Amino acid sequence: MPTATEATRRGPGGRQSVAAPARQAARARRAQRARDWARRAPLLPALVFLVIVTQLPFVATVVISFIHWNALAPTTRGFAAFDNYVAVFADSAMRSSVVTTVLLTVTVVLVSLLLGLGLALLLDRGFRGRGIVRTLLITPFLVVPVASALLWKHALYNASYGLLNGALTWIWGLFGSHDPPQPDWMTNSPLAAVEVSLIWQWTPFMMLILLAGLQSRAADAIEAARMDGASAFDIFRYLTLPHLRRYLELAALLGTIYVVQNFDAVFTLTSGGLGTANLPYTIYQTFYQAHDYGRASAQGVVVVLCSLVVATFALRTVSSLLREEVTR
Amino acid sequence: MNSAPLIRRRTGSLLGLAAWLCGIAFFLPVAWMVLTSFHSETDAATNPPSIVAGLSLHGYREFFGAGTGVSPWPPLINSLTASVVSTLLVLALAVPAAYALSIKPVRKWSDVMFFFLSTKMLPLVAGLLPVYLVAQNSGMLDSIWLLVILYTSMNLPIAVWMMRSFLSEVPGEIMEAASIDGAGLHTTLTQIVAPIAMPGIAATALISFIFSWNELLFARVLTGVVAGTAPVFLTGFVTSQGLFLAKVCAAATVISLPVLIAGFAAQDKLVQGLSLGAVK
Repeated sequence: MPTATEATRRGPGGRQSVAAPARQAARARRAQRARDWARRAPLLPALVFLVIVTQLPFVATVVISFIHWNALAPTTRGFAAFDNYVAVFADSAMRSSVVTTVLLTVTVVLVSLLLGLGLALLLDRGFRGRGIVRTLLITPFLVVPVASALLWKHALYNASYGLLNGALTWIWGLFGSHDPPQPDWMTNSPLAAVEVSLIWQWTPFMMLILLAGLQSRAADAIEAARMDGASAFDIFRYLTLPHLRRYLELAALLGTIYVVQNFDAVFTLTSGGLGTANLPYTIYQTFYQAHDYGRASAQGVVVVLCSLVVATFALRTVSSLLREEVTR
Repeated sequence: MNSAPLIRRRTGSLLGLAAWLCGIAFFLPVAWMVLTSFHSETDAATNPPSIVAGLSLHGYREFFGAGTGVSPWPPLINSLTASVVSTLLVLALAVPAAYALSIKPVRKWSDVMFFFLSTKMLPLVAGLLPVYLVAQNSGMLDSIWLLVILYTSMNLPIAVWMMRSFLSEVPGEIMEAASIDGAGLHTTLTQIVAPIAMPGIAATALISFIFSWNELLFARVLTGVVAGTAPVFLTGFVTSQGLFLAKVCAAATVISLPVLIAGFAAQDKLVQGLSLGAVK
């Protein structure tokens, strides 16, 4: 594209002197642009990669969601308009899996956040063997999720030889009773069973983030408050909690991102039975077992839309993290 | 007034005891898993539990294919390949990106940061079908390299966030001083940025490795006989052969071991990494 400066350069020689400042400006602009690209260059591979691998599939999912497409009935393929979406919203299983997802996520994140806070406060103080206790506490987070789900299902919850009922038998035996209660945990309260195993796994994660937050508190402010006669509760309420806020938010955000997408626990523990199918599991079933590609895509789009609503709030929360940094 | 320190010391040791009890409670299921893995099948499935039963390597022998001839090595090697290669790719992409977002930030860098994080909020499962169809038509189905690509994209956003906060630890004044002293880009990177960023890179690598090693959904849908990973192997282990508790516990222990070792060895890095480097 010929620029203004090039045009003037090609003109009669008498106008050269007029063009000089303009040429300089253009050179400066070009240099600026080159600098900008040099700055951007290291960012581009990651950005391009992520757009291709994560964003393009979503676009494809949206397209497929408007098509009748069942891999088991290839002849019926065709434009579906909103049929798949109507089917998704008319499907009671889909509606209940939305409720399950919300219940599961909120319960797991809230309870593990509270437990994590309690444990972090316990661990924040010096006592003998603190390092060992911290190691013991983070172990659940390090066990492969499938392994942990299998462990809970077979070694702990199992009605006939699981550890929970085994412990009941043992305790009842201490009192000479041969008739201990042997509840079938997974059948009686399947969702709670999934939740407990996930809380066990995510509490250490919350604890680690909050512990890091506690240990980054300014010790002198707390000492000063104690000198002024503030009670332990006052210090917690007015010093610790405000300081912990961004750590609590971060822990809740990351926890939500991972728990909402949980597949392993639901798949392994209950196979989505007894009202424990969450959205990822339901989509997996529609796609992998029913082979209804159109409807699975529509479900996916609905999930993305819901996630976007949540994400908007979540991102606003996290933006306080970055804002704090900018103003510092 | 004189009794206050005494009371404080007493509640202090009580709270220490409470912490110990909590630690043991959270560790108990894992301890039970390991103990059961060393029991014979009959001792493993008893009620009440047999804590003092004799130890046996039966479960581990079974897991390594003595009884069934199904070797766990291919899935373990697949998992190792997918986790290590994707972690290296994540680092190769995230470190330069974080550099462009912190040390010499591009304009609107915080918007870019939000874009990265927002990709993490779109559920993976919603993009699974197109990936499956593309893989099917391009012959990439049941290939470990497809998982490498997907795991890289799965961990990249968090890695960029973590690396950015680690790199913004590098004080601007030192960078300026170095450039005034005539240090080139290479010298600046190796002498100033790298020493500060190294712990961050280690933390990022650790988290990326853990999440890749643990992943099940993609591995289950997109792999089969050849490229199945350890978690997929573990799920198949139960359904195809009925339930043998000691063997399942041995399998779960072995497959968790790499992550457990890495996590124990680098606890502090793990904390920094999980808080996206927000901890100083």
